[in-house]
Amino acid sequence: MVNLIIQFSRYAILILMAIYTMQSFLVFGKKDEEDKEFLFLQQNLMMFMIHFIAFVVMYLEMEEQELLFFYGAQFIYLAATLVFFRNLYPRASKLVVNHMCMLITIGFIMLTRLSYEQSLKQFKIVAASTAVALIVPVIIRKVRILTRWTWLYAAAGIGLLGIVAVAANETYGSKLGFSFGGISIQPSEFVKIIFVFAIAGMLGKAKRFLDIVIATAVAALHVLILVYSTDLGSALIFFITYLVMLYVATRNCLYLFAGLGAGSVAAVGAYYLFSHVRVRVQIWQDPFMDYANKGYQVAQSLFSIAAGGWFGTGLFQGTPDNIPIVEQDFMFAAIAEELGGIFAICLILICMSCYIMFVNIAMRLSNRFYRLVALGLGTMYAVQVFLTVGGAMKFIPMTGVTLPLISYGGSSMLSTVLMFSIIQGLYILREDEEDQIERERERELESRRFFGA
Amino acid sequence: MREKGNGNWNPGDFSEREVEIPEFLTQQQREEGYRTESDEEPYQIPPLPEKEPASPYNRPMSKKQRNRVYGRVAYLFSAMFLVLVGYMVYFQFGLSDGLKANPNNTKMEEQKQYVVRGSIYSADGEILAGTNVDEEGNETRVYPYGSTFAHVVGYTTNGKSGIEAMYNSDLLTSNTSIVDQVGKGVNNEKVRGDSLILTLDTRLQQAASAALGAYRGAVVVMEPNTGKMLAMVSKPDFDPNQMAEQWEYLIAEDAHSPLLNRAMQGLYPPGSTFKILTALAYIQEHENGNEYENYSFQCNGSYTQGDVTITCFDGEVHGYENLQQSFQHSCNSSFINIGLQLDIDKFSALCEKFLFNSNLPTLMPYSSSQFVLNSNSSYGDIMTTSIGQGDTLVSPFHMALIASTIANDGVMMYPYFVQRIENTEGVRVNETKPIEYKRIISSKEAGILKNYMQSVVEGGTGSYLWNDWYTVAGKTGSAEYEVNGNTGEEAEISTHSWFVGFSNVEDPDIVVCVIAEDGGTGSAAATPIAKAVFDAYYSYY
Repeated sequence: MVNLIIQFSRYAILILMAIYTMQSFLVFGKKDEEDKEFLFLQQNLMMFMIHFIAFVVMYLEMEEQELLFFYGAQFIYLAATLVFFRNLYPRASKLVVNHMCMLITIGFIMLTRLSYEQSLKQFKIVAASTAVALIVPVIIRKVRILTRWTWLYAAAGIGLLGIVAVAANETYGSKLGFSFGGISIQPSEFVKIIFVFAIAGMLGKAKRFLDIVIATAVAALHVLILVYSTDLGSALIFFITYLVMLYVATRNCLYLFAGLGAGSVAAVGAYYLFSHVRVRVQIWQDPFMDYANKGYQVAQSLFSIAAGGWFGTGLFQGTPDNIPIVEQDFMFAAIAEELGGIFAICLILICMSCYIMFVNIAMRLSNRFYRLVALGLGTMYAVQVFLTVGGAMKFIPMTGVTLPLISYGGSSMLSTVLMFSIIQGLYILREDEEDQIERERERELESRRFFGA
Repeated sequence: MREKGNGNWNPGDFSEREVEIPEFLTQQQREEGYRTESDEEPYQIPPLPEKEPASPYNRPMSKKQRNRVYGRVAYLFSAMFLVLVGYMVYFQFGLSDGLKANPNNTKMEEQKQYVVRGSIYSADGEILAGTNVDEEGNETRVYPYGSTFAHVVGYTTNGKSGIEAMYNSDLLTSNTSIVDQVGKGVNNEKVRGDSLILTLDTRLQQAASAALGAYRGAVVVMEPNTGKMLAMVSKPDFDPNQMAEQWEYLIAEDAHSPLLNRAMQGLYPPGSTFKILTALAYIQEHENGNEYENYSFQCNGSYTQGDVTITCFDGEVHGYENLQQSFQHSCNSSFINIGLQLDIDKFSALCEKFLFNSNLPTLMPYSSSQFVLNSNSSYGDIMTTSIGQGDTLVSPFHMALIASTIANDGVMMYPYFVQRIENTEGVRVNETKPIEYKRIISSKEAGILKNYMQSVVEGGTGSYLWNDWYTVAGKTGSAEYEVNGNTGEEAEISTHSWFVGFSNVEDPDIVVCVIAEDGGTGSAAATPIAKAVFDAYYSYY
């Protein structure tokens, strides 16, 4: 009987997810604010239904009383986040808020299924991150000086990454972070944000070629330190983000191509210089060559995605836990296995919708610095999603980065929530401006009438 | 930033903002200023913010220009996300079956909790593998035909092999009706996995197995125009019902590898059967004006080039021959003469077109055949290779595919073992349709070879197969190999016996490929085995 419910639940979840995803694109076609609002509310309903069904299934499987309380806590968190963002910041992009909550919900479900303990820990971090995130828009609105600390950002970023490179503990062959009494911190996650601020500050004011050279040198220093720490995934994320920001600031394709060319040369160089790069490439070429050791993780990820097929095995019906460190680097494969290939495709589309919204927000901002910040943060997000999803499917070599908002990891979670809320804060800022322009315009129209011009 | 309320422009922030002057202002208003209700003095509109020096490093741009750049970035990344979606679709359609059949993949084992492994049936409706469940729920996999289908159907204890491994995920997937699923689900019973209906025929399989008798070797039977595999026997064999009990014996060093499916994974020198390809290479090089028909050779019983001398079988002197007669008599001297005239690059390209040194179109584990000649090869190697000795190696399955291509007018079909997948209630889930793999040679070339192969049976080395019941075209082969190659003792030469051919030459019905290890010449062992299989086919169909 339980098996039966699980079998039916997976189709229900798939259908709800498909509807949610469709709605996030349908909304672009709606002009009327009320229609949009209605769609957004429907999306929230889909999300809560998916959350509910998943927890019913997990309760049937785990038969833990505690799970009911956990479900309640998560429900309250999600509802509160939606209510707070909607009421404190009625001008925030509701689509982005919905997506953030949806992705967090998917993360809750998969993490609870994979490791109850980790999911408890993660939940606390998510709640704390969101609380911090709620005040970010206020800070952005009030603290204008944030735009001027360019060199402080650069120094802090390079400093933090430097400390990691020199002093951090190694995990899985990469130097990523520090542990203090059970809490591990990955500074590179936060450097992502200040890096974007630093580069936006430099490129925003660049007037001479020398300015570009300086900004490039600062970016290159970040990337090189990350390569030295063997955190290749982050290095790639920083690198591509810089290129995109540079292209947008200068509108010069030449820089983009030159950057990509230099990147390719560097990648080939890294292949010959570092054995861990070679290993990643070999695994990518054939994970079954050294199946028992190096290829095992990617091979298991591929088996997972294949086992899931289009419709997934259903929660607890697959074995995504066969993949080593699945909660961090291979959440996508776990989702594809148990929730299905269609669900995974919807997930990619939601991430894509997020990025489109981010660029959309960036385009509407009038302040050059903020525009670059919004685009830079959005690009960080998009590249990271691309790397982890592509790596899990063996479309590209595995780089070992997390799936933002879904994977286990406090630093990643906090920094991603911050990124989302900074972009939101910028958006609210812009809505404030538009509002003022609107008022101004009205008044001026009146004056025109008054003069009879 | 404008200060609230007074409607004034505050020029303070212009340095970092691009402010648009309201479009509705007339030029006069712009120049003279204009007043609003609340303004005491006409308000002077500030001049346009001082244009930043036109610097290519920080281009001032209109909103439109700017948005175009942002739009490009958005399109680029959206395209990247869509590529991921596309790859996922490709993954599920193109990669997932191979991954599910990967021997390292243990994912499907989980399904055993919910699904009883499905059954495997032969084309003639006999059960080849089924799972019995006793009252306590213990499951036993039973193979009623014992060792007859051992290699091709495979086993499920001590690992998995054959079709059991290839179709593991289908056998453990249940597409039974919703009613059945609900019924079983409510009672917490397992559902039955889907059944496979194979293309293999028990009568042909049994005939082939009996005919091969005590020989080590293999028999492959297939339909050339569809690619259906009708029988596949490999010996020595084993009883898949007793894998655990016999495991030690099966993997023992002196057991002659009974677990190896020789039909797919056994690599043998092709011997004279390879003359099909040597002849074809010659025909292709002399196709203009049917020049190949003018080939002639005077056989004196041996051929000598430099320090290499190769004799015809038993030192027989064939006398004057054209190409067809050389093929009919399997004349080594004449084929060496041909081989030495061939453009080796073209010869090699032809063999690779026939899938030597490359993958075969099947998911069943196999060994790739090899052909190693190139333009730098010595004349000795060219001489031995053109008569099927040398370093050339081929599997019986591959040889059957080659003959099949000739029988099917030059088109190779995808070989397949499973014609249908049904759910446990007999409703079709999936069906394999015959698919063309590739046209390898022209139908004219296939026609010439058909005639040559028919002449082999009608008065050449395969005349044992001549009868007035059905017509046969084929080629025999005797592949010599060294028994003690590596032991340092004087090498002892032994001979594998080959036959490959097809029946009902006008519209070929079946291809039969036989190899009997140490069977002597082709006509000695392999031809009678092939005859038994053809006879069995025509007594049933």
